[in-house]
Amino acid sequence: MALTANIPPKRAEKALKPLARSDSQWSLVMRRFRRHKLAMISLGVLLVILATSLVAKQIAPFARDYLNVDPAAKFLLPFSRDPVSGDMHWLGTNHIGQDLFTRLIYASRISLTTAFLATTIGTFIGVVLGTLAGFFRGFIDSVVQRVIDFFSNLPNLPILLILAGVLSSDPKIIPMPDWLIKLIQNIMLFEQEREARVVAVIIFILSLLGWTGVARLMRAQVLQVREREFVEGARALGANSLSIIFRHVVPNAFPPVIVAYTLGLAGSLTAETGLSFLGIGIQNPIPTWGNMLAFTQSYMWAHPWLPLIPSFPMFLCSVAFNFIGDGLRDALDPRQAKG
Amino acid sequence: MTNQSGKPTALDGTTAADLLQVDNLVKHFPIRGGLLQRTVATVKAVDGVSFSVKKGETLGLVGESGCGKTTVGRTLLRLVPATSGKVNFEGRDVFGLRGADLKAMRRDMQIIFQDPYSSLDPRMPIGESVGEGLLVHGLRDSKKRNDMVIEMLRKVGLEDYHARRYPHEFSGGQRQRIGIARALALRPKFIVCDEPVSALDVSIQSQVLNLLKDLQREFGLTYLFIAHNLSVVEHISDRVGVMYLGKMVELTDRESLFADPLHPYTKALLSAIPMPDPTVKRERMILQGDVPSPVNPPSGCRFHTRCPFAIEKCKTDDPPLEALKPGHIVACWVAKDNVAKAKQAAAA
Repeated sequence: MALTANIPPKRAEKALKPLARSDSQWSLVMRRFRRHKLAMISLGVLLVILATSLVAKQIAPFARDYLNVDPAAKFLLPFSRDPVSGDMHWLGTNHIGQDLFTRLIYASRISLTTAFLATTIGTFIGVVLGTLAGFFRGFIDSVVQRVIDFFSNLPNLPILLILAGVLSSDPKIIPMPDWLIKLIQNIMLFEQEREARVVAVIIFILSLLGWTGVARLMRAQVLQVREREFVEGARALGANSLSIIFRHVVPNAFPPVIVAYTLGLAGSLTAETGLSFLGIGIQNPIPTWGNMLAFTQSYMWAHPWLPLIPSFPMFLCSVAFNFIGDGLRDALDPRQAKG
Repeated sequence: MTNQSGKPTALDGTTAADLLQVDNLVKHFPIRGGLLQRTVATVKAVDGVSFSVKKGETLGLVGESGCGKTTVGRTLLRLVPATSGKVNFEGRDVFGLRGADLKAMRRDMQIIFQDPYSSLDPRMPIGESVGEGLLVHGLRDSKKRNDMVIEMLRKVGLEDYHARRYPHEFSGGQRQRIGIARALALRPKFIVCDEPVSALDVSIQSQVLNLLKDLQREFGLTYLFIAHNLSVVEHISDRVGVMYLGKMVELTDRESLFADPLHPYTKALLSAIPMPDPTVKRERMILQGDVPSPVNPPSGCRFHTRCPFAIEKCKTDDPPLEALKPGHIVACWVAKDNVAKAKQAAAA
């Protein structure tokens, strides 16, 4: 903004050639984002991981829950052949002879989808409540703020332990819409509906813990935007609150939420992993990066490469999300030096 | 006082048939504090302002920052709720309107903002910003809307293809033109111009002022022109009101105000206009001190703390707005005495 203001009138006129393509805010943002090398590399890495998990069923050499209790098939090193079938175990096998490569790509599908759904739901709740609180202020604001305080002051770990314990023993305690269960089941390639229900509960818990930050952020943003003159102008034109919110307030308040969303993805991913690691998240036989890592605990001294296998993609993804978040933050910041 | 039609006449000679009448407008902003967010004080931004605007004229409103002139504009458009008072627009009680009536009123009364950088949504192509009012008022046909937007853009001196561009691609002056087009798209009768040129370069100011004048002629617009720059107000206004600390202190036509200011505050303001000729020696009337806080305004005449002519009466009694000369209303004890003395002298 400040940049165009300093352009002398003549140059500004010249910049407005009739044939020149108009730059929407988004095309400017994308152009700046593409210049952020680390973010672009991260995006590439993430796309590769996403692509492999997308074709998990097609490229996996073994069935997801295939196991081979033959002692000769346990703890095989990467790039060794199955003693029975002679098939290649690209990443070796675990303590019950499961193919780690197969488990890993299924796990990436499950872990990433869980993180994605949890963050999306949490962000959605946060955006809605934050917008209402910031725009209407007064009573709604106080209520939302107190609810935020309540949720963000809960001691996370004990609550999680209790919730996860109760919920995963009977996942039907919390009614979930059938379409969501179906969606999860289809995306994560589950054969049983029960597995989808368990994952749905974990998604529910994660989104419940993740919405408060976004709500605070959105509220602060909306408070700022609603005071700007174009909002007052829209009101003077006769626009009602709903159309002001959707046409002006949300689009202008949103950019930092996009950054928070990418960082939130990294957060959800590690939170899910953490839960699964503690044994209260998604349970065996459903593979996730977290529970795959948890199972390596007892064997890591004898077979030190085992924990590296699930933690490497996890590390890559969470670093990638963070870099993409940084890139977006820089691209969305209008005060950036390089236009 | 009544005129031939039997309708009451205001002090300044305007009548009830006028486009807009503001009667004893008050806007107090509460300052909340303490544990229970109780009101601990009020900012008396506008404290009993009355004036009326004739159809087709430009009423200038001047005063220092914080004197309440902007609040007057926003309150009478109902962008902020008034504390008390009445606003009458074409016989309609503006503060009593609800729902569809209020929306209908908004078509007729528009506002142009001071800051061309924050008055346009940066995420909206300007064609959409200009057409927003049309959409809000039910013109869903995007083809027709686009035609009207382009017509408006041409009227304010922009090109058709500008409609697809975003605010950051325009200069300040161009943006102010867009802001004018946005307000004008609904074909209002009355526009509050809230310091529309204060944020612009001097060279652009005159262009925008002339545009406003041209549009006024073409569409028969009535303006309430809020400004702190007296030369700008002199250029565009038919009549000028001077505000000080939430009160109107003087209101008259442009010629009388600039040639024969009666209120000491107006005199001080006028003497502060820079002259383009450095050899001209003038008597400068420099006010001492700052504007007192509108939270706790001085007793009596609000200007008495800084007025070089203040007498004892000014400290205790608030001077009423009175027509000291035909069509020239002033709230000042000293000016009243002076005018009376001058009349006596003329009679003798």
